[in-house]
Amino acid sequence: MNRLKQLHKVQELVYELKIRDAAVREVFTMSPDTMMTQVRQMLRGQKITAAPVIENGTLLGIVSVEDYINWLQEGADDCPVSERMSRDLVTMYDDEPMVFAIQNFEKYRYYEFPVINRKSGKLEGIITKFDVLVALLKALDIDYYKMEIGQYDGTHFFNDVSADQSRLEFAYSVPKAGIGAGGEVASKLKRNLGYLGIHPNIIRRVAIATYEAEMNLVIYGGGGTIRANLDGSCIRIEVADEGPGIEDIDAVLEPGYSTAPAWVRELGFGAGMGFSNIQNSAQELDITSAVGKGTRLDIVIPLEES
Amino acid sequence: MKLEDIVRKLDLEVTSGEKNLDREVTRGYASDLMSDVIANAEKNDISVTLQTHLNTVAVASMKELAGIVLINGRRPEQETLKRAVQEAMPILVSPLSAFEVVGRLYGFGITGMKG
Repeated sequence: MNRLKQLHKVQELVYELKIRDAAVREVFTMSPDTMMTQVRQMLRGQKITAAPVIENGTLLGIVSVEDYINWLQEGADDCPVSERMSRDLVTMYDDEPMVFAIQNFEKYRYYEFPVINRKSGKLEGIITKFDVLVALLKALDIDYYKMEIGQYDGTHFFNDVSADQSRLEFAYSVPKAGIGAGGEVASKLKRNLGYLGIHPNIIRRVAIATYEAEMNLVIYGGGGTIRANLDGSCIRIEVADEGPGIEDIDAVLEPGYSTAPAWVRELGFGAGMGFSNIQNSAQELDITSAVGKGTRLDIVIPLEES
Repeated sequence: MKLEDIVRKLDLEVTSGEKNLDREVTRGYASDLMSDVIANAEKNDISVTLQTHLNTVAVASMKELAGIVLINGRRPEQETLKRAVQEAMPILVSPLSAFEVVGRLYGFGITGMKG
């Protein structure tokens, strides 16, 4: 990422991220009847310079080192912090964009702001400049990670690994009622092949064949398994179910032949094109089936375009 | 023609994929059968359909289609919309019928001819 893009990303993030993404939730608090004489030790023990004063979760004020020093200077009697704390507070809501916090740091020059949960009205945490910075860094890191994955290039995987024979297997099981999953296995497989730098045209073929096979498993097979095996030259997809089997294999290969029930057709499936779509995407399609026992497809797609 | 021009000219409602409206469209495919779309649509096609379920998005992203126009004011199902947002696939809603949508697209120079 060049610097300008990085800056834009940060700008986007300060609007995208919410205060709650940065606010520290575990906050050291004091009760209103904590005595001023205890304040120094408590703040020191926590290595902090101020603490929110709360009662039943509701923020009453903040007592800071400054309040303590003022109290000392005046030589006033010991009293509960509720009498000396600052009540005039600038607070932020947890659901506000982080950019508001940055603006407030700029405007008020405070070190921290209490964060209030908008729904409950209770203290949720505090936010400091440091928290903002950490939240941004974390978000950027995640984005970098996403980018790296997106750019991961495994094109040379099979050239790089050394073995007499090497192959990679992606195995999936397809649940029975998966028509609503929308070809989940096909999309996962598509993504994996993308990581490996396989040519987009080949990926499309694999995705189409897998998608149609997956729909068959869901609609007819009662679920099943899909295993995709890659070696340096081709991808072999094995699709198996223990469903009712196919009575007439030649017939299912005919475009337009369908045994689909009405509900399947209403969803735009069962047009009798599944197998011909698989056949058109693949170099080889082998169907073995026994009625009452199940069906197995062996699909071969070469990794080089013919 | 860019998708955003089509959106403007046909007054389509954009439900997802806003950032991909600069996709260039030269061809279209109209069908309500998913396997038919798989078999015959081509990359960068605009798809016209009445199907609102998740598989429209699955098929469109698999075939790398430019976007989906839903006709007769039909709206994407919740799961469909979720996936479309995930895949940044534009789903555009028109109150017009398929015949009318396709006719107007053809008028803009978007054809159904291959290649």
